[in-house]
Amino acid sequence: MAVSGLVFIGFVLSHMYGNLKAFSGELAFNEYAEHLRTLGEPLLPYSGLLWIIRVGLIVSLVVHVGSAVVLARRAHAARPVKYANRKYKNSSFSSRTMRWGGLTILVFLTWHLLNFTIVKINPAGGETNNPYRLMVDTFDLWWMTLIYLAAMAALALHLHHGTFSALQTLGLTNTAAARSRARAAGWVLAVVVAGGFSLVPIFTLLGVIS
Amino acid sequence: MRLTLKIWRQQNASAPGAMKTYDLDGVSTDMSFLEMLDVLNEQLQSQGEEPVAFDHDCREGICGSCSLMINGQAHGPEVTTTCQLHMRSFKDGDTITVEPWRAAGFPVVKDLVVDRSAFDRIIQAGGFISANTGSAPEANSVPAPRDKAMRAFDVATCIGCGACVASCPNGSASLFMGAKITHLGELPQGQPERYSRVVDMVAQHDAEGFGGCTNIGECAAACPKGIPLDVISQLNRDLRDALRQGR
Repeated sequence: MAVSGLVFIGFVLSHMYGNLKAFSGELAFNEYAEHLRTLGEPLLPYSGLLWIIRVGLIVSLVVHVGSAVVLARRAHAARPVKYANRKYKNSSFSSRTMRWGGLTILVFLTWHLLNFTIVKINPAGGETNNPYRLMVDTFDLWWMTLIYLAAMAALALHLHHGTFSALQTLGLTNTAAARSRARAAGWVLAVVVAGGFSLVPIFTLLGVIS
Repeated sequence: MRLTLKIWRQQNASAPGAMKTYDLDGVSTDMSFLEMLDVLNEQLQSQGEEPVAFDHDCREGICGSCSLMINGQAHGPEVTTTCQLHMRSFKDGDTITVEPWRAAGFPVVKDLVVDRSAFDRIIQAGGFISANTGSAPEANSVPAPRDKAMRAFDVATCIGCGACVASCPNGSASLFMGAKITHLGELPQGQPERYSRVVDMVAQHDAEGFGGCTNIGECAAACPKGIPLDVISQLNRDLRDALRQGR
């Protein structure tokens, strides 16, 4: 769970950084998309490195979801009779919503891949083979931007607890200071990643990216 | 003060239980929570009803016998044991819900009493050190660094009450295990069995039906002894080292 989670942290950071190319205009953005496919050539075939990364991500996803299912089932079995009255003392909202948040992200991920990668659905009905135009057409629809922003809120919560939890699971938070650093890392990643991702849809809707 | 108590009543381990409501008058704010239950039981006995069964022993916060989920919080609203919780933490007219620890590893014996022998079996699996019998060794022959000794002492205060399990949304006993593993692992005497200890204790923990830890932190907040969450990190670190060594 922790290791596959760290893989995803690395992924969302680079994905977010790449998305910011949208601010440099159509040419730069599409060039970047093409560059991802030619990366590693001629040692690797066209899209070679991209597929290596994709396989790594798919394996991580299977491990991550698999671990989550095992943990959820164990938790369910560990408390057969629920409390009639339950009050939480000192736990973050994000830590208690990891399962629902994860499920939200999974549903979003399915749509996101259909939207931009597998099928390339243009909800506005425009062209689909130009990554930049597909993106602008999608985020020009206010309800699409809203769905993406909601997903980013779920991602922020997931990263807020997930970062700390991964470091704790790997045994890297053995002192109070290390624990506060891990918690701070969770905050920073949540804000930077979810915030960075949200910039593109917001500024597309506002007409800055067009 | 006057209280409405909603208490879990269950005749025995196999009988179905239910919440029952009782009215109790004349409760003093200076009473401990257990003394309040004593008063309730006297009232029930005088009415010919069966008294409420609950665990207690030292009543001074050091034995770990008392339990109780009070208004949805392990040992109630203060960070202490139920025996050291006083009625001044409640208001006149309050409704108080009292439930047993809820965990598959802690089956209900009767009413509010649960069987916590799963903790004993986890200790038996690895929460010990092996020492030769005979005359006591010279105390200074095994030096322990002060910071490590202090951390060991701090986490050795765990009384095994089970509040960590009761408050954990996953029903995990990781804080309890982490406290024992940190306590023994910080001291020189705990080193020979350090890595077999963590593997054996975790295996027993899982076999007892406790859940997996997702680092939510309710356990440390509920712990009457203030065992910090970093003992779970220590547990994970020792487990990682043990697995690396192929144990």
